[in-house]
Amino acid sequence: MTIASVNRDLESLTLTLVAEYDAAPERVWELWADPRKLERWWGPPVYPATVVAHDLTPDGTVSYYMTGPEGDRHWGWWRIVSVEPPSTLVFEDGFGDETGAPDPSLPATLARVSIEAREDGGTRMVLVSTFPSRESMDQVLAMGAEEGMRLALGQTDAILAAAEW
Amino acid sequence: MVVSYPRPDSADLLFHALADPTRRDIVATVLRGGSSVSALGRRYPMSLTAVQKHVAVLERAGLVRKHRRGREQVVTAEVEALRDAARVLDRLESIWRDRLERFADVLAEPAGGPTP
Repeated sequence: MTIASVNRDLESLTLTLVAEYDAAPERVWELWADPRKLERWWGPPVYPATVVAHDLTPDGTVSYYMTGPEGDRHWGWWRIVSVEPPSTLVFEDGFGDETGAPDPSLPATLARVSIEAREDGGTRMVLVSTFPSRESMDQVLAMGAEEGMRLALGQTDAILAAAEW
Repeated sequence: MVVSYPRPDSADLLFHALADPTRRDIVATVLRGGSSVSALGRRYPMSLTAVQKHVAVLERAGLVRKHRRGREQVVTAEVEALRDAARVLDRLESIWRDRLERFADVLAEPAGGPTP
Protein backbone atom coordinates (compact mmCIF):
# COMPACT_ATOMS: atom_id res chain seq x y z
CA MET A 1 0.00 0.00 0.00
CA THR A 2 1.83 3.02 -1.27
CA ILE A 3 -0.57 5.74 -0.21
CA ALA A 4 -0.97 5.68 3.53
CA SER A 5 -3.46 8.51 3.88
CA VAL A 6 -5.20 11.31 2.07
CA ASN A 7 -6.43 14.36 3.91
CA ARG A 8 -8.27 17.26 2.47
CA ASP A 9 -9.23 20.61 3.82
CA LEU A 10 -11.94 22.26 1.81
CA GLU A 11 -11.64 25.50 3.67
CA SER A 12 -8.00 26.11 2.89
CA LEU A 13 -8.21 24.16 -0.41
CA THR A 14 -5.36 21.89 0.60
CA LEU A 15 -4.77 18.28 -0.26
CA THR A 16 -2.28 16.20 1.73
CA LEU A 17 -1.14 12.75 0.63
CA VAL A 18 1.20 10.52 2.61
CA ALA A 19 3.02 7.77 0.75
CA GLU A 20 5.28 5.06 2.14
CA TYR A 21 8.10 3.60 0.08
CA ASP A 22 10.53 0.74 0.75
CA ALA A 23 13.53 2.72 -0.40
CA ALA A 24 15.99 5.06 1.25
CA PRO A 25 15.22 8.82 1.19
CA GLU A 26 18.14 9.43 -1.18
CA ARG A 27 16.60 7.11 -3.77
CA VAL A 28 13.19 8.73 -3.33
CA TRP A 29 14.78 12.14 -3.79
CA GLU A 30 16.39 10.99 -7.05
CA LEU A 31 12.96 10.64 -8.63
CA TRP A 32 12.51 14.39 -8.21
CA ALA A 33 16.11 15.41 -8.82
CA ASP A 34 16.83 13.34 -11.94
CA PRO A 35 14.81 14.67 -14.89
CA ARG A 36 14.95 11.30 -16.70
CA LYS A 37 13.41 9.65 -13.64
CA LEU A 38 10.93 12.46 -13.06
CA GLU A 39 9.49 12.13 -16.54
CA ARG A 40 8.82 8.43 -15.96
CA TRP A 41 6.18 9.11 -13.31
CA TRP A 42 5.02 12.74 -13.64
CA GLY A 43 2.70 12.25 -16.61
CA PRO A 44 0.22 9.41 -17.11
CA PRO A 45 1.34 6.65 -19.51
CA VAL A 46 -0.65 8.04 -22.43
CA TYR A 47 0.58 11.60 -21.74
CA PRO A 48 4.27 11.02 -21.00
CA ALA A 49 6.27 14.00 -19.80
CA THR A 50 9.44 15.28 -21.41
CA VAL A 51 11.50 17.53 -19.15
CA VAL A 52 13.39 20.20 -21.08
CA ALA A 53 14.73 22.31 -18.20
CA HIS A 54 15.39 21.17 -14.67
CA ASP A 55 17.04 23.57 -12.24
CA LEU A 56 16.27 22.55 -8.65
CA THR A 57 17.69 25.67 -7.01
CA PRO A 58 15.76 28.49 -5.32
CA ASP A 59 13.93 30.45 -8.03
CA GLY A 60 14.99 27.82 -10.56
CA THR A 61 12.63 26.52 -13.22
CA VAL A 62 11.55 23.11 -14.34
CA SER A 63 9.93 23.11 -17.75
CA TYR A 64 8.23 20.14 -19.35
CA TYR A 65 5.63 19.09 -21.86
CA MET A 66 3.31 16.12 -21.94
CA THR A 67 2.67 14.49 -25.30
CA GLY A 68 -0.84 13.23 -26.01
CA PRO A 69 -1.92 10.39 -28.28
CA GLU A 70 -2.37 12.82 -31.20
CA GLY A 71 1.08 14.26 -30.71
CA ASP A 72 -0.51 17.22 -28.91
CA ARG A 73 1.77 18.96 -26.43
CA HIS A 74 0.71 20.36 -23.06
CA TRP A 75 3.30 22.48 -21.33
CA GLY A 76 3.86 22.86 -17.64
CA TRP A 77 6.40 24.49 -15.37
CA TRP A 78 7.61 24.57 -11.79
CA ARG A 79 9.16 27.54 -10.05
CA ILE A 80 11.27 26.35 -7.16
CA VAL A 81 10.52 28.12 -3.89
CA SER A 82 12.90 26.16 -1.67
CA VAL A 83 14.93 23.01 -1.92
CA GLU A 84 16.83 20.96 0.63
CA PRO A 85 18.08 17.60 -0.68
CA PRO A 86 17.07 14.96 0.12
CA SER A 87 14.22 16.08 2.32
CA THR A 88 12.31 19.14 1.09
CA LEU A 89 11.10 20.56 -2.19
CA VAL A 90 8.60 23.40 -2.46
CA PHE A 91 7.50 24.63 -5.86
CA GLU A 92 4.81 26.45 -7.73
CA ASP A 93 3.25 24.06 -10.21
CA GLY A 94 1.67 25.74 -13.21
CA PHE A 95 0.67 25.44 -16.82
CA GLY A 96 2.26 26.91 -19.89
CA ASP A 97 1.09 28.28 -23.21
CA GLU A 98 1.99 26.68 -26.57
CA THR A 99 5.54 28.01 -26.33
CA GLY A 100 6.06 26.63 -22.84
CA ALA A 101 6.06 30.08 -21.22
CA PRO A 102 4.05 30.32 -17.98
CA ASP A 103 0.46 31.12 -18.79
CA PRO A 104 -0.84 33.56 -16.17
CA SER A 105 -4.43 32.88 -17.17
CA LEU A 106 -4.11 29.30 -15.96
CA PRO A 107 -4.00 28.55 -12.25
CA ALA A 108 -0.94 27.45 -10.35
CA THR A 109 -0.88 25.38 -7.19
CA LEU A 110 1.81 25.27 -4.53
CA ALA A 111 3.33 21.85 -3.90
CA ARG A 112 5.36 20.96 -0.83
CA VAL A 113 7.22 17.63 -0.74
CA SER A 114 8.68 16.34 2.52
CA ILE A 115 10.78 13.19 2.52
CA GLU A 116 11.76 11.54 5.77
CA ALA A 117 13.49 8.28 6.68
CA ARG A 118 11.53 5.65 8.53
CA GLU A 119 13.21 3.60 11.23
CA ASP A 120 13.00 0.44 9.12
CA GLY A 121 15.02 2.03 6.31
CA GLY A 122 12.01 2.97 4.22
CA THR A 123 10.78 6.44 3.47
CA ARG A 124 7.68 8.45 4.17
CA MET A 125 6.88 11.13 1.60
CA VAL A 126 4.29 13.79 2.32
CA LEU A 127 2.88 15.82 -0.54
CA VAL A 128 0.84 18.91 0.22
CA SER A 129 -0.85 20.64 -2.70
CA THR A 130 -2.57 23.96 -2.11
CA PHE A 131 -4.49 26.41 -4.19
CA PRO A 132 -2.69 29.51 -2.91
CA SER A 133 -5.76 31.66 -3.31
CA ARG A 134 -9.43 31.40 -3.80
CA GLU A 135 -8.76 33.20 -7.08
CA SER A 136 -6.56 30.45 -8.44
CA MET A 137 -9.30 27.94 -7.79
CA ASP A 138 -11.83 30.27 -9.33
CA GLN A 139 -9.61 30.37 -12.42
CA VAL A 140 -9.98 26.63 -12.71
CA LEU A 141 -13.71 26.88 -12.25
CA ALA A 142 -14.00 29.78 -14.67
CA MET A 143 -12.57 27.53 -17.32
CA GLY A 144 -15.89 25.96 -16.76
CA ALA A 145 -16.73 22.95 -18.77
CA GLU A 146 -15.15 19.56 -18.36
CA GLU A 147 -12.83 20.38 -21.23
CA GLY A 148 -11.34 23.31 -19.36
CA MET A 149 -10.99 21.30 -16.20
CA ARG A 150 -9.31 18.50 -18.09
CA LEU A 151 -6.84 20.86 -19.66
CA ALA A 152 -6.16 22.72 -16.45
CA LEU A 153 -5.76 19.83 -14.11
CA GLY A 154 -3.88 17.50 -16.34
CA GLN A 155 -5.70 15.34 -18.83
CA THR A 156 -8.13 13.68 -16.53
CA ASP A 157 -9.52 11.39 -19.22
CA ALA A 158 -6.08 10.02 -19.89
CA ILE A 159 -5.52 9.56 -16.19
CA LEU A 160 -8.81 7.75 -15.76
CA ALA A 161 -8.03 5.56 -18.74
CA ALA A 162 -4.63 4.81 -17.31
CA ALA A 163 -6.16 4.00 -13.93
CA GLU A 164 -8.19 1.23 -15.52
CA TRP A 165 -5.10 -0.68 -16.53
CA MET B 1 -9.07 21.41 10.25
CA VAL B 2 -8.03 18.43 8.23
CA VAL B 3 -10.33 15.49 7.83
CA SER B 4 -9.34 11.94 6.95
CA TYR B 5 -11.71 9.77 5.01
CA PRO B 6 -11.57 6.43 3.29
CA ARG B 7 -13.98 7.21 0.45
CA PRO B 8 -15.34 10.68 -0.06
CA ASP B 9 -19.06 10.92 -0.21
CA SER B 10 -19.88 14.30 -1.66
CA ALA B 11 -22.52 15.36 0.87
CA ASP B 12 -20.60 14.03 3.85
CA LEU B 13 -17.39 15.49 2.56
CA LEU B 14 -18.70 19.02 2.63
CA PHE B 15 -19.74 18.72 6.22
CA HIS B 16 -16.70 16.83 7.36
CA ALA B 17 -14.53 19.51 5.84
CA LEU B 18 -15.97 21.90 8.37
CA ALA B 19 -14.53 20.32 11.46
CA ASP B 20 -15.49 23.23 13.72
CA PRO B 21 -18.93 22.34 15.08
CA THR B 22 -20.20 25.90 15.17
CA ARG B 23 -19.20 26.61 11.59
CA ARG B 24 -20.64 23.30 10.49
CA ASP B 25 -23.87 24.22 12.17
CA ILE B 26 -23.87 27.66 10.56
CA VAL B 27 -23.52 26.10 7.11
CA ALA B 28 -26.25 23.56 7.90
CA THR B 29 -28.50 26.35 9.13
CA VAL B 30 -28.05 28.65 6.18
CA LEU B 31 -28.35 25.75 3.75
CA ARG B 32 -31.93 25.41 4.94
CA GLY B 33 -32.48 29.06 3.99
CA GLY B 34 -30.65 32.30 4.62
CA SER B 35 -30.33 33.48 8.17
CA SER B 36 -29.55 36.93 9.52
CA VAL B 37 -26.30 37.41 11.39
CA SER B 38 -28.24 38.52 14.45
CA ALA B 39 -30.43 35.39 14.35
CA LEU B 40 -27.28 33.27 14.12
CA GLY B 41 -25.90 35.24 17.06
CA ARG B 42 -28.89 34.24 19.20
CA ARG B 43 -28.48 30.63 18.23
CA TYR B 44 -25.10 30.01 19.84
CA PRO B 45 -23.88 30.49 23.42
CA MET B 46 -21.21 32.95 22.37
CA SER B 47 -20.84 36.62 21.61
CA LEU B 48 -22.20 38.06 18.39
CA THR B 49 -18.60 39.01 17.56
CA ALA B 50 -17.52 35.38 17.84
CA VAL B 51 -20.35 34.30 15.53
CA GLN B 52 -19.42 37.05 13.09
CA LYS B 53 -15.86 35.74 13.08
CA HIS B 54 -17.09 32.25 12.21
CA VAL B 55 -19.21 33.69 9.41
CA ALA B 56 -16.20 35.65 8.17
CA VAL B 57 -14.10 32.47 8.05
CA LEU B 58 -16.82 30.74 6.04
CA GLU B 59 -17.19 33.75 3.80
CA ARG B 60 -13.45 33.94 3.13
CA ALA B 61 -13.56 30.30 2.14
CA GLY B 62 -16.38 31.16 -0.26
CA LEU B 63 -18.75 28.76 1.49
CA VAL B 64 -21.30 31.39 2.48
CA ARG B 65 -22.14 34.86 1.31
CA LYS B 66 -23.49 37.90 3.15
CA HIS B 67 -26.18 40.10 1.62
CA ARG B 68 -27.81 43.21 3.01
CA ARG B 69 -31.56 42.95 3.35
CA GLY B 70 -32.95 46.17 4.73
CA ARG B 71 -31.11 46.70 8.00
CA GLU B 72 -30.11 43.08 8.28
CA GLN B 73 -27.07 41.12 7.09
CA VAL B 74 -28.35 37.83 5.69
CA VAL B 75 -26.03 34.83 5.34
CA THR B 76 -26.67 32.31 2.57
CA ALA B 77 -24.79 29.15 1.59
CA GLU B 78 -22.78 29.03 -1.61
CA VAL B 79 -23.89 25.55 -2.59
CA GLU B 80 -22.08 25.59 -5.90
CA ALA B 81 -18.86 26.74 -4.26
CA LEU B 82 -19.08 23.83 -1.84
CA ARG B 83 -19.59 21.43 -4.73
CA ASP B 84 -16.91 23.03 -6.87
CA ALA B 85 -14.31 23.01 -4.15
CA ALA B 86 -14.94 19.34 -3.51
CA ARG B 87 -14.74 18.61 -7.24
CA VAL B 88 -11.48 20.46 -7.76
CA LEU B 89 -9.88 18.64 -4.84
CA ASP B 90 -11.23 15.37 -6.27
CA ARG B 91 -9.38 16.00 -9.52
CA LEU B 92 -6.22 17.07 -7.79
CA GLU B 93 -6.36 14.01 -5.57
CA SER B 94 -6.81 11.61 -8.46
CA ILE B 95 -3.84 13.14 -10.30
CA TRP B 96 -1.54 12.87 -7.27
CA ARG B 97 -2.71 9.39 -6.29
CA ASP B 98 -1.81 8.12 -9.74
CA ARG B 99 1.53 9.94 -9.69
CA LEU B 100 2.51 8.52 -6.33
CA GLU B 101 1.62 5.00 -7.46
CA ARG B 102 3.76 5.38 -10.59
CA PHE B 103 6.47 6.81 -8.33
CA ALA B 104 6.43 3.51 -6.42
CA ASP B 105 6.71 1.54 -9.66
CA VAL B 106 9.80 3.47 -10.75
CA LEU B 107 11.34 3.08 -7.28
CA ALA B 108 10.74 -0.66 -7.32
CA GLU B 109 12.88 -1.12 -10.41
CA PRO B 110 16.38 -2.45 -9.91
CA ALA B 111 19.06 0.25 -9.68
CA GLY B 112 19.72 1.74 -13.09
CA GLY B 113 16.21 0.91 -14.22
CA PRO B 114 15.14 -0.62 -17.50
CA THR B 115 15.52 1.14 -20.79
CA PRO B 116 12.19 2.84 -21.49
